[in-house]
Amino acid sequence: MNMKPIVWVVAMLLLAAGAWAQEEAVTDTTTMTLPAPPTNLRVFDIPHDHGHGVIVEWTLSPDDGTGKNDVVGYRVYRADSPGGPFELRQTIPMGVDSTSDWGVKESDSPDYYPNNKDFYYKVAAYNDGGETDSDVFGPVQAKGQLFNPGKWPVLVAVVLFTIFMLYFIFRAKRGAELYIRPLAGIEAVDEAIGRATEMGKPILYILGLGTAADIATIASFTILGRVAKKVAEYQTSLIVPCYDPIVMTIAQETVKTGYYNAGRPDAYNEDSVYFLTNQQFAYVGGVNGIMLREHPATNLYLGKFYAESLILAETGAVAGSIQISGTDEVTQIPFFVVACDYTLIGEELYAASAYLGREPVLLGTLKAQDYGKAIVILCIILGTVAAILNWSWFVDLFHVGQ
Amino acid sequence: MKKEIPLLIVFVSGLFMAVQFFVPHSTSEKIYEFVMEWTIIIGIFALALGIWSLIRVSVNRIRRRTPNWQYSIVILAGMFGMVIFGLSFLGGVRSYMFRHFFDYVMIPLHATMFSLLAFFIASAAFRAFRARTALATVLLLSALILMLRFNPYLGPLGDQDAALAAWILNVPNLAAKRAIIIGIGLGIVATALKVILGIERGYMGSD
Amino acid sequence: MNIFERISRLDRRWIYLILAAVVVITVMLKYETPIRISPEVRSVYDFVEAQPPGSYIHMAIDYDPGSLAEMHPMTYAIMEQALCRKLKIIMTALSPNGPGMAEQAMLDIMDSVKMHCGREVVYGKDIVFLGYKPYPGIVILSMGQNYRLSFPSDYYNTPLDSIDMMKGIANYGDVNGIILITGTSGVDYWISYANGRYNAPLAVGLTGVMAADYYPYLRSGQIFGLMGGMLGAAEYEKLVKRPGRAMEAMRVQVWTHIVIILFIIIGNIGYLISRRKGEVK
Repeated sequence: MNMKPIVWVVAMLLLAAGAWAQEEAVTDTTTMTLPAPPTNLRVFDIPHDHGHGVIVEWTLSPDDGTGKNDVVGYRVYRADSPGGPFELRQTIPMGVDSTSDWGVKESDSPDYYPNNKDFYYKVAAYNDGGETDSDVFGPVQAKGQLFNPGKWPVLVAVVLFTIFMLYFIFRAKRGAELYIRPLAGIEAVDEAIGRATEMGKPILYILGLGTAADIATIASFTILGRVAKKVAEYQTSLIVPCYDPIVMTIAQETVKTGYYNAGRPDAYNEDSVYFLTNQQFAYVGGVNGIMLREHPATNLYLGKFYAESLILAETGAVAGSIQISGTDEVTQIPFFVVACDYTLIGEELYAASAYLGREPVLLGTLKAQDYGKAIVILCIILGTVAAILNWSWFVDLFHVGQ
Repeated sequence: MKKEIPLLIVFVSGLFMAVQFFVPHSTSEKIYEFVMEWTIIIGIFALALGIWSLIRVSVNRIRRRTPNWQYSIVILAGMFGMVIFGLSFLGGVRSYMFRHFFDYVMIPLHATMFSLLAFFIASAAFRAFRARTALATVLLLSALILMLRFNPYLGPLGDQDAALAAWILNVPNLAAKRAIIIGIGLGIVATALKVILGIERGYMGSD
Repeated sequence: MNIFERISRLDRRWIYLILAAVVVITVMLKYETPIRISPEVRSVYDFVEAQPPGSYIHMAIDYDPGSLAEMHPMTYAIMEQALCRKLKIIMTALSPNGPGMAEQAMLDIMDSVKMHCGREVVYGKDIVFLGYKPYPGIVILSMGQNYRLSFPSDYYNTPLDSIDMMKGIANYGDVNGIILITGTSGVDYWISYANGRYNAPLAVGLTGVMAADYYPYLRSGQIFGLMGGMLGAAEYEKLVKRPGRAMEAMRVQVWTHIVIILFIIIGNIGYLISRRKGEVK
């Protein structure tokens, strides 16, 4: 019997069966695994910002997390017109139903997102088999807002405080007596200058490591001006090594004016106020060297200080100087309290200008600060009560947005 | 006019920066960034002034042979040395000499100065933590409790000490810090308003 | 004057000398100080352990040479652990004096990983160092959009797009977490922008002085881990089972604390005795 035809038929049947199975498998892949699309697509401008971005939200595909036709993720597309062409903007993992699509404001950057331009969005759910699109949403525009309402509490607080200040300045100008408690540190400044004069030794004034933009440094300039005037009157020498070059130029002007106000412009030595370095520990090394060589009778540390505060203060103690310090850096205040004879804590440094000059306008601002603090205390007490009674509306009044 | 123009500039720019905080629009952001960039540029020019001041003071000391004038030579040598080593045609900041001096002189010196704190804390604590008054005694006891929390040799007492130390840090210490910070915050607002309104003029070098 | 009164009036130079002797002796003695692992340090360790090989983390080395003693041990321990686990690291150094030091640390760590884990770390494939740019707040904000906005090229001026491991990596969304080691107030920017705006998981390593102020952020969930000072670094070294500088330093710290406490106690005894004598007279 000739087996050849039988073998041939069987082989053909097997081949056909294989092809049919593969086709079935291919058919299974292409028809079975496309996920259902996401729905309820909503796109809107990101609120309270400079624009250049939108928020994209959708309802998850019913196939998200179901196992069958399971969604792997979502792709967010954007176009200039509803018909496209659409550009892929982001790929989001499964289970996530929102994202923000935003870019930079520089028009020459590849990541530029223009404001006030219509865009159209669609979101596609995808898996290994492919993707299915949602309906197109648009037009939507990114817009910059003129006011961030999340910052209302800050605006209200600043306006209230300004009103307080202006009121107390007005009262002070009209001659009202404004009591402020004495501050030992500030009252000791004159005594310290007198000590240096008697001993014939210089006064070392350190403005700290802040810049001219720091409030502590600005407060320190005022005190420096008064110290310079006294120093000029008593003919004591003053050394002011500076950390920041801009601070140095202002300090030079301040000291020069102090000498001028004392009627001794000729006595001003321009080498007494100079730039040392703007490296933290190099500056400390330099100042310590000055203390140990020049043996100043008085050290004044008034401004912004960081980790070097104790090194300065202890070296000054070794050199035998009387030390008056003042800073608004909360972490350094304990070191100064421990190592210095007098310390101005936080806002006492800012108040120094009012104390030294006793000008009504400046005293008025101090009173305003005191009343500001009283309001803060009241809010804290009310806030505690609100937290106990679960009045979240009260706590939300003070919430400041980004 | 010599005083009025700077006061006007301060008023306008201070007011703008205050308003800018509340306006997120990109135009206001661009102006803010423009101002920040100029701050850097002015700072760089001011650095030149500072370097000139240091050179002048050091040279004067060397010329006049004031006491300890030799330290001025060290200042000038260090400053010019690093500038020369860092010149780009000599290899820039990755050149052997620059890296050498940075890694083996500057970094150890910085670290050493910072390390002095350990000794100074010891001497300051020794001097300051005396039971002179009731409050000083409270300070002393708090300091001892906090220092002991790192000690692994206390055994079961260590857990109790750690819990007490955590309470001291998180309750009275944090409360005092927050109070100081609130006061500082109000002081900053008040001083900033005084500067903007021209009441505080210390930064101009005059009253 | 008895011994306590003498000690209460001790010249500070004796204190420095005794302290220096204690430091030298404890450095020379080699033994392991018992260290308790705190949950906030363990969180950071567990995070790194949980990352699968090939995943990305961002190491922000934002400190100056002055804080090197406290911060370097943390940096070394974490990066060695990550590189031994075959994670990929994107490094930045947003402190002005930091880049040179950070680069040196990176090179040391690459050598150390080769020695301890037998793994050759290749720059550009396993680790990339972006360097320094001024205005940390703006840089941190822009990295949340795209690393290339502030760092179009790395520290060695190689364009980021031509670095293997940076292909397909755009922003914080593409890294599994950020570990910040810093001694400056720049940590506030990372918390506000990287975590607050971009929801990037963030852990911090801080100096001892700063650490206490950041526990509220740990409790609120804004940071998932916190390592405080030398102790935090020592705890981490114990977790990775690689005793280093921090564990040695803890030995020194414990004994110097004990000596300081003894001085304070003896000083107070002397003071109280003197005061009593004065009252009796």
